[in-house]
Amino acid sequence: MLGRTANGLFWMFRFIERAENTARLIDAGLRMSLTRMHGHEDEWDSVLRSAGVIDAYKALHPVVTSGDAVNYLLREKTNPSSIYSAIESARNNGRMVRTALTREAWEATNEFYLELKTLLARKIPESHMPEIIDIIKRRTGLIRGAFHGTMLRNEIYNFSRIGTFIERADNTARILDVKYYVLLPAASYVGSSLDNVQWESILRSVSAHRSYGWVYDEDYNPVNIADFLILNGRMPRSLAYCYSKINANLGYLSREYGSSHDAHRTAARIQGILDNREIRQIVDSGLHEFLEDFIGQNNRLGNEIGQAYQFYQA
Amino acid sequence: MPFDEMITADNSPRPPYKGYFDWYSQQKTSDLLKKSRDAEAIFRKTGITFAVYGKEDASERVIPFDIVPRIISGSEWRRLAQGIEQRVMALNAFLDDIYHKQEIIKAGRVPRHLIEQNAAFLPEMIGMRPPGGVYTHIIGTDIVRTGENEFYVLEDNARTPSGVSYMLENRETMMQMFPELFNKNRVRPVENYPKLLRQSLAAVAPPGCSGKPRVAVLTPGIYNSAYYEHAYLADQMGVELVEGSDLRVMDGKVCMRTTQGYQAIDVLYRRVDDDFLDPLTFRPDSTLGVPGIMDVYRAGNITIANAPGTGIADDKAIYSYMPEIVEFYTGRKAMLENVPTWRCSEADSLKYVLEHLPELVVKEVHGSGGYGMLVGPTSSKRECADFAAKLKARPSNYIAQPTLALSTVPILVKKGIAPRHVDLRPFVLVSDTIKIIPGGLTRVALKEGSLVVNSSQGGGTKDTWVLED
Repeated sequence: MLGRTANGLFWMFRFIERAENTARLIDAGLRMSLTRMHGHEDEWDSVLRSAGVIDAYKALHPVVTSGDAVNYLLREKTNPSSIYSAIESARNNGRMVRTALTREAWEATNEFYLELKTLLARKIPESHMPEIIDIIKRRTGLIRGAFHGTMLRNEIYNFSRIGTFIERADNTARILDVKYYVLLPAASYVGSSLDNVQWESILRSVSAHRSYGWVYDEDYNPVNIADFLILNGRMPRSLAYCYSKINANLGYLSREYGSSHDAHRTAARIQGILDNREIRQIVDSGLHEFLEDFIGQNNRLGNEIGQAYQFYQA
Repeated sequence: MPFDEMITADNSPRPPYKGYFDWYSQQKTSDLLKKSRDAEAIFRKTGITFAVYGKEDASERVIPFDIVPRIISGSEWRRLAQGIEQRVMALNAFLDDIYHKQEIIKAGRVPRHLIEQNAAFLPEMIGMRPPGGVYTHIIGTDIVRTGENEFYVLEDNARTPSGVSYMLENRETMMQMFPELFNKNRVRPVENYPKLLRQSLAAVAPPGCSGKPRVAVLTPGIYNSAYYEHAYLADQMGVELVEGSDLRVMDGKVCMRTTQGYQAIDVLYRRVDDDFLDPLTFRPDSTLGVPGIMDVYRAGNITIANAPGTGIADDKAIYSYMPEIVEFYTGRKAMLENVPTWRCSEADSLKYVLEHLPELVVKEVHGSGGYGMLVGPTSSKRECADFAAKLKARPSNYIAQPTLALSTVPILVKKGIAPRHVDLRPFVLVSDTIKIIPGGLTRVALKEGSLVVNSSQGGGTKDTWVLED
């Protein structure tokens, strides 16, 4: 397989994952603004922070308003994480690696892009947002379904999966970091009673507000939420889950190719940390520091994978 | 009245169309129109698009597909195929000659300056004989019809002809939508083209290649107008689709960067123009090619298909000499006729062309895609006058041909069917044998009365059936 193809697959699936995450963030933001009691729109500030685009947003719009924020996250072409840009990038990468995809996987991606292009041709009124978010979730679901149902479980599959989970881990870590940062300037606050709506919004932005209840069976509690999103190996968006998948797929590659690289060691080390720590330990020694370090390591892993498998010309 | 391939003057179907016509007579137009919309949806979803340069918003378009097939009888096809085969043999012999002994020039049949001052002639190819002695491996011969037994070759696309993916997708779509038609009519298959292409490319691997030759398709990338086709062919052949940035010359071989390091390529089906192929030999600013590939090529360690420098054979200035060329190398008169052509570089011809501009089609010698041409009969006086000025300024840049009454085949319109002008591009593969795929790409001018079939100018395509009979 060409290194460029591996790179294209990796990014195609990162972008699909990113689009889905941005859709979830918008969803959570909308939900918060519905249940908000006071007049500020600070939820959009934190949504933009979670998406990692607050500075770029402010360069375009000095004030954060829900209308501008949603538009920026949904259709702004200069925002590489906007849903439109992410799907356009996913589709361009898909076109580049067309020969590696099944017809079904390619068509699901291409059709989504074509639909989005029409759908997002102009600004979306707030009343239509739920419908738009729903279409986006359904379309990404369709891509996933076509991918899982038709792709051979080979190196193509492995690079795609690694892209998905690197992106997802980055996202979950950012969401958590932004919220902790905003809500808990110091770790000593952990354990105090908090605004339930804010906590629910974190869970909502990773589609976990229901499953949380099933697992922890009690009210929102910051430590449990952190445990769920960081260490719970059954929660499909947790860091631990993402890393078990990344390691499994890297493992397939090393067996297939008969060699392993720095990337394998880095991934194994990160997973070791996630496997062996208690959430209390993490919180006590600084959740923000932990997450910041994780995001850096996760990025580094992405680069090491690119180097190991010749994503770019040396 | 132009010759209609389906229906005679007394409104009955011609023999090859009999089966189709009976079927058509029992269909409701509204049903067919719906099928036609379905077909477009299939093409769009599959991503069978082409890019139109210079039109930002419509940067990806679907070429309109018409669901009425163009049908050619077995005997008509045999005649065409023989003529094409003769012509393709002559093209390869001509290329071998002008890059070696140049006997045709010495014999005074083709003027020296036309070859040696031609941008498509590559001095780098002088004395170079590609593996198997084949220069042009993949050819798309453009043919037009003007009557029952009148066929002309309009162009020999001997560099990097495109459109074969449409031939394949058109057939695929027709079979999906109208399976009953394929039960009733014995249509010769075209779908083994990718397999034949791969065999054909493997058969011209460098002599030093041991084991199964590694083939790859070289594309300029996703923004190229024919990218879909490049990806499609690589996928169907089961070979890598590479870009210039994936390749480098290592240890005297052209290698591609894979996830496990560099691997040598034996045969490169390149869809990148000569100019961009090697920045060390041709355009130094090219990022689409491979630095040093020409050295590997000359050392006999890679096959490039089609060979660099084949453009000299399908150059429009050379075209008018094709009857001489065919006769010179095959020893027989050309079975397929050329369209009579005036070379505007010759004073007498220029005079004639300027006097008869409203009747003629004038083309740029190096143009393609229907750009920069004048169709006299459909142009205004003003347009003719403007063109005359260009012609006088650079006569050698142009050739002129009579406006041919191109045959028509009906297309589906709102009220049923209506005749439109068509041409035909059959595809030919040359290795140790010559294979002509029974069918090809029929291009159709969708506008009533229009003679321009190019997709960039509002043309569409049809499935092309060659019957087994």
